[in-house]
Amino acid sequence: VDVAKVYSSAVIPAAATAVWSVVRDFNALPNWTPFVADSRIEQNRPSDQIGCVRNFRLKDGGRIRERLLALSDYEMSFEYSILESPMGVENYVATFRLIPVTDLDHTFAEWTAEFDAAPEREDGLVQSIGQNVFAVGLGALKARFAR
Amino acid sequence: LRVEIRRSTVIAAPIDDLWAILRDFNSHALWHPAVAASAVEAGEAADQVGAVRSFRLKNGSRIREQLLFLSDLKRSFGYCILEAPVPLRDYVAIVRLRPVTAENSCFWDWRASFNPPDAERDRLTGFVRENIIEAGFAGMREFLRSGRAVDMRPAMLVPAARAGAEGVEIVLTRYGGPEVLQARVARIKEPGGVEARIRQTAVGVNFIDVYCRRGSFDLVAPGGVLGMEAAGVVESVGADVTNIRPGDRVAYACAPPGAYASMRTMRADFLVRLPEALSEVDAAGLLLKGMTAGFLLHEVAQARTGSTVLVHAAAGGVGQILCRWAKALGAIVIGTTSSEAKAQAARSVGCDAVLVFGDEDLATTVRRLTSGRGVDIVYDAVGRDTFEQSVACLAPRGHLVSFGQASGDVGAHSIDRLANRSATLSRPNYVHYTDTPDKIRAQSDRLFKALESGAVVAARPRTFSLAQAAQAHAELEGRRTTGSLVLIP
Repeated sequence: VDVAKVYSSAVIPAAATAVWSVVRDFNALPNWTPFVADSRIEQNRPSDQIGCVRNFRLKDGGRIRERLLALSDYEMSFEYSILESPMGVENYVATFRLIPVTDLDHTFAEWTAEFDAAPEREDGLVQSIGQNVFAVGLGALKARFAR
Repeated sequence: LRVEIRRSTVIAAPIDDLWAILRDFNSHALWHPAVAASAVEAGEAADQVGAVRSFRLKNGSRIREQLLFLSDLKRSFGYCILEAPVPLRDYVAIVRLRPVTAENSCFWDWRASFNPPDAERDRLTGFVRENIIEAGFAGMREFLRSGRAVDMRPAMLVPAARAGAEGVEIVLTRYGGPEVLQARVARIKEPGGVEARIRQTAVGVNFIDVYCRRGSFDLVAPGGVLGMEAAGVVESVGADVTNIRPGDRVAYACAPPGAYASMRTMRADFLVRLPEALSEVDAAGLLLKGMTAGFLLHEVAQARTGSTVLVHAAAGGVGQILCRWAKALGAIVIGTTSSEAKAQAARSVGCDAVLVFGDEDLATTVRRLTSGRGVDIVYDAVGRDTFEQSVACLAPRGHLVSFGQASGDVGAHSIDRLANRSATLSRPNYVHYTDTPDKIRAQSDRLFKALESGAVVAARPRTFSLAQAAQAHAELEGRRTTGSLVLIP
């Protein structure tokens, strides 16, 4: 069975440390994405404790629970998996990563995911996650830092 | 303490275009402003893990670097320095490309780490950051802007796995300079009755290709493919082929042109099976030049014990073979070269005397060396610049063999001057000595026997990637080469 893969990336016109300070907080989706209504970390754990679960509601009403699998300030990256969602995906693991663009002092931001889904739904899911979630989220970061 | 440098940029080009250039480990001579010339050693492919690129910087430094890994999936490669004139000790670098999907451009990340002596730390760190990495980013931008990259793109985008009957060939877009050569992807047809399809691993570059490119010879029309010589492995054969089988290592050196390609389908009876001791790269550097030297020395004119022979361009591909072979036949050999550096190469193949062309009047010097008599045979492939002098060097009943025009067409001359010496003039054309399978067999048998006896030695050719055919032509025409040049598909 093929694993579905999603890839989206953008160049953010700001230093990587500045972008990282916004996206590092696993509970901050409502602050920087346009599609999350509210979010909390379950069991009142710190949002940078590996294993913590964010529980958030999309503006369209869907509820998603995701577990933080890895966080590295050195690599400026984090990974998470989906525990519950209305999307019908299995074994969903995503990685968010920032890399400095040194010559402009900008940031390359990359958002990827792999998951299993029913074959007939796979293409649609790759398309909708890539476009409606990752590209929209990265676009919002770009707009936030546009000078 | 190890120095770690990490620099990155965004290039406004699709990632596949940039990766097609970067994945060629030998392409840096085309786009990096610090690199003057580069070649992959031992005729290995530029994407062979472990391949070593040996290159010269514009400041004269020589560096050798080895490819440690290459991943088309991650669009990444790593390499280390084997030899450098500065103490970039334990130097390892990694290049990686990532697509910027939001804008169809490309993020390029280039890291290097090394272990410098303390006293050199700041200087070397600055050198790597500015002169290697940042200069490389700027050079690539310029290379992409110049449009030169477009020529190589289709050639490099063919993944090996898709090779099948699809190949890359170098097309003559019109008559002109090296820039008229362009790579394109082509279908290489299935072999019919008497044909074979060869997966070519080495392609010989010869002056006849330059003449075809300039339009001096009408062997190739624009839109056609240059090249008379290549070696490789037979991939498949037509039903009526009896002389070779798939898997045989073969080479050829004959018309019609069409050798500048990764695969070729052609008449099987013109193919020569290679002796075990001769590698494909060496064969592609030797076969045409060696067979040429063979018929020039044995059929056009006869060099014998005691003959005096003058060989122009004695350090060139054919020149070196002519000199060594003429010596083995017992002749006294005088070579000419265009520079003192090349004179070394001419001496090393056994010339009794080497004259640097342009130093003094050639005919006077040759007469002095031959007690006033002149030489029995002149082998002249230089053409315009040497023709008059060559006639003046001849002994009575001497023979001028004019077999090329590297410096330009010989032009119109009166034959009256030949009467002074009862001289013979020949203008042999390679094609007429190699246009039947029988002639090819006789020529190649003679060459392989001479190779066995040591009268001919297969010199290690200088290699370029097939996509660098134009660069190879420029080097050959610029008289910057000694020995033979081979393109590696």
